[in-house]
Amino acid sequence: MKLKEIAHARTGDKGNISNISLIPHQESDYELLLEQVTARRVKEYFGEICQGEVVRFELPGIKAMNFVLDQALGGGVTRSLALDRHGKALGMALLEMEL
Amino acid sequence: MKTIRIGSGAGYAGDRIEPAVELMEKGNLHYIIFECLAERTISIGQMDKAKDRTKGYNRLLDYRMRRILPLAKEMGVKVITNMGAANPKSAAERTAELAVELGVTGLKIAYVCGDDIYGQLNRYRENQVLENGRPLGELKSAPLSANAYMGAEGIVEALKQQADIVITGRVSDPALTIGPLQYEFGWSAEDNPREMGQAVLAGHLLECAGQVTGGYYADPGYKEVPNLYRLGFPLVEVSEDGTFVVTKVEGSGGLVNADTVKEQMIYEIHNPKAYLTPDAVADFSEVRVEPAGENRVLVQGACSHGRPDTLKVSVGYMDCYIGTGEISYGGSNALARARLAAEVIEKRLELTGAPAEELRIDYIGYNSLFRTDISQRILQAAGAPGGAGQSMEAGIPEVRLRVSGRFASREDAELIQNEVEALYTNGPAGGGGASGRVEEIVSICSIFVPRDRIEAAVTYLEV
Repeated sequence: MKLKEIAHARTGDKGNISNISLIPHQESDYELLLEQVTARRVKEYFGEICQGEVVRFELPGIKAMNFVLDQALGGGVTRSLALDRHGKALGMALLEMEL
Repeated sequence: MKTIRIGSGAGYAGDRIEPAVELMEKGNLHYIIFECLAERTISIGQMDKAKDRTKGYNRLLDYRMRRILPLAKEMGVKVITNMGAANPKSAAERTAELAVELGVTGLKIAYVCGDDIYGQLNRYRENQVLENGRPLGELKSAPLSANAYMGAEGIVEALKQQADIVITGRVSDPALTIGPLQYEFGWSAEDNPREMGQAVLAGHLLECAGQVTGGYYADPGYKEVPNLYRLGFPLVEVSEDGTFVVTKVEGSGGLVNADTVKEQMIYEIHNPKAYLTPDAVADFSEVRVEPAGENRVLVQGACSHGRPDTLKVSVGYMDCYIGTGEISYGGSNALARARLAAEVIEKRLELTGAPAEELRIDYIGYNSLFRTDISQRILQAAGAPGGAGQSMEAGIPEVRLRVSGRFASREDAELIQNEVEALYTNGPAGGGGASGRVEEIVSICSIFVPRDRIEAAVTYLEV
């Protein structure tokens, strides 16, 4: 099963750091996401794109998590050579991950 | 219980005006905010100002104010905006001129300065730059601008003096919302940590306007949004205990539900327990959202832990030139021809003695060359691209080669578009649709300065 079947995401940017939220459609799937979608796994997944560390923050109040990807925007939003300088589409890539 | 209604009329510098007008007309608002400053907008504004001392504010100020001013007066809605950018004074003077021209009188227009510390930058040469850890004095080129992210204090002061329109330069985005809430409810970070956490969150949810009302959310088959083409902008109804409802006006397109609010809550934050703003260090980790009627979501549970002792200052500087060129290849073997073209470009850059500091090659495409019938035929003949037993190459109907490089000079950056164009007669077979451009890149770095050195100064104009 793809992550996209049970969750949605939005991506933000600050300098050379991308942050991707991961939110289950059903709050009851939160525990499953916590168990399966670890920071380490996300770092491996984005290995070609993210040069730095990945940290996962949890928001138990709304049953969601936030992945912060350091050095993931090709040097930063203002100077990246990428087509998608903000990395806005990266959340959609995360949702392609197989559970 | 007292409730304050604040709408959001813009989520970025060039945002639409109709949803703001709709909110002012139908939202029964006390305040409307317009957030119009991205990270480097002020640097670009400073360059405008250097050419003309009366410019440097938001380029859509005239367009917006012509629609906003009559409504602000008629509906009694106060307007708070950072459209002042690099020049709040001229923005306010222009707004006053427009008010007179439109026959709108009895308005008090305030502008807030104090964020621009360009003139004092010398004292911060030893300050460490957040992005690279080196002293500011070692920046690769002379700074173009330096603006501190101020808090809401200038806005609060302006509202105390009965201002109807408040125009700022750089303030934190949530400050546009925190200002009216602090003024109305008398909250402070020391005495009202819960309420201030909620105020930061309300501001954070409003600052990108349509992004909390179903904008940037739709995904057909997964997440449906009604009438996205006429997306309504949000408003919050904030109670004196700090809890608030996010909603939009009846009849507008879009959607407010727990999921749209959750997506925007996490947008561009890092640690949800410590979201740093000048007015409070907010903690969103225990926030709860729950439906409270159609297109209404109740938000509660944020708190905060004091205020930071330093303020972030964005320093703009001339960084580099980026040259980009694109050309498309179609049909069988398209990717191989695009790769050959990329190889030619790379070798040409070496030959001409202008190697890029950094070069990026991308391959883009779906149906731009052959429209849908032929593109689909190529796809189907090969099965899904990259499917079992296939290489990535098979079945790709077209590939658009994109070459982008970073250079120290504009002249060198232009080589990329020239070399891509030269592929028409000198490159692989069938290349079409060449294009290219050069961009002058102003970048931003950040330093932190003690907050007691930054003071908001408010000035008033009356029409």
